[in-house]
Amino acid sequence: MAGFDKRVASYEEALAGLEDGMTVLAGGFGLCGIPENLINEIKRKGTRDLTVVSNNCGVDGFGLGVLLEEKQISKVIASYVGENALFEKQLLSGEIEVVLTPQGTLAEKMRAGGAGIPAFFTATGVGTPVAEGKETREFNGRPYLMEESITGDFAIVKGWKADHFGNVIYRHTAQNFNPLAATAGKITVVEVEEIVEPGALDPAQIHTPGIYVDRIICGTFEKRIEQRTVRK
Amino acid sequence: MALTREQMAQRVAREMQDGFYVNLGIGIPTLVANYIPDGMEVMLQSENGLLGMGPFPTEETLDADMINAGKQTVTARIGASIFSSAESFAMIRGGHVDLTVLGAFEVDVQGNIASWMIPGKMVKGMGGAMDLVAGAENIIVIMTHASKDGESKLLSQCSLPLTGAHCIKRVLTDLAYLEIDNGAFILKERAPGVSVEEIVSKTAGKLIVPDHVPEMHFQ
Repeated sequence: MAGFDKRVASYEEALAGLEDGMTVLAGGFGLCGIPENLINEIKRKGTRDLTVVSNNCGVDGFGLGVLLEEKQISKVIASYVGENALFEKQLLSGEIEVVLTPQGTLAEKMRAGGAGIPAFFTATGVGTPVAEGKETREFNGRPYLMEESITGDFAIVKGWKADHFGNVIYRHTAQNFNPLAATAGKITVVEVEEIVEPGALDPAQIHTPGIYVDRIICGTFEKRIEQRTVRK
Repeated sequence: MALTREQMAQRVAREMQDGFYVNLGIGIPTLVANYIPDGMEVMLQSENGLLGMGPFPTEETLDADMINAGKQTVTARIGASIFSSAESFAMIRGGHVDLTVLGAFEVDVQGNIASWMIPGKMVKGMGGAMDLVAGAENIIVIMTHASKDGESKLLSQCSLPLTGAHCIKRVLTDLAYLEIDNGAFILKERAPGVSVEEIVSKTAGKLIVPDHVPEMHFQ
């Protein structure tokens, strides 16, 4: 890697430095826009005791679900984990800790983390179990919860196209949490479908500017569909 | 007769207005999209980051990168926009969505809603529901009036952990359309052929019954 050329040649290199006990932020919503090859590389590396921050935790046998199978995750911060039988089993047996977090709060925690904002106030969760142990403050007569931001040792992100500078664009709703995770990793690794020539991406259309990105790798993707729904 | 799922969706669709941005939850709320009146333009928001959700795709246009919040493959209509999850919830939390329709296990006379967690059963998570109820001014809850065992879901106080406090003002059940105000349910309409007495007997929270309670009409 030299200057602004953030391309790496292998998935092994893409996740060099990931160690046991680290926090990993992952983009994706359900199975849409997940960094599937980076997840598989974590499985191959056998890194353990990970804290994973992701909206969902994959399904049995795909996405983050493969790391559950190998018992590599000890804590999950997510908004919805309903698609995963193995997750349920590990949760009930106490092998894994889960912090259920409202989806908008989770997105904002990552956004704030990447933007250098340590905490923020939101009305989401006031009067619910989410408020337990959190500071509440009133603004204009309405109560708000203080939520602390999240950063990670690594962020693993799935983009559509990138240039070697690390500028990234996402495709359709595969964007979701990806640009937020990208801002909040100490080391942000983005895997994309295509690395384009310098100048090929319109600067005004970049979703994730290269300043947030440390490593870029080109991969091939299965893109599994969770709920295949077509019109008759 | 209690309303069918389709009739419930049809009744809620009458609350739409031309030019509304609307978020529809998973389940019966999703069906509301099928009954948007002709000539009315409504933009559907899907909290995974899509404003302007179109119909399901054909086999030819099916695309793994194009899904809704229920993880179903969808399309984008003309005039749609796509954005990050933070942007999506900025719209929701910031009160920019005109109407939110979602399901629930229980609501109570204080406008509290419980929809995400039954203690002792597997907890799957709240997803975006807590943000939606906290951010929206205009929410309609769609649910059955009572459980299969006949237990009322319209209570004086929710028994399950809340999704949001003091945020619900309107409820459509399979038996009635009700508003919540000043610590009581107010019976506004009843399902065709359903008596006021039946609704009274299946409503555990304080219920105000006006002199005249019109029947809903369906074509």
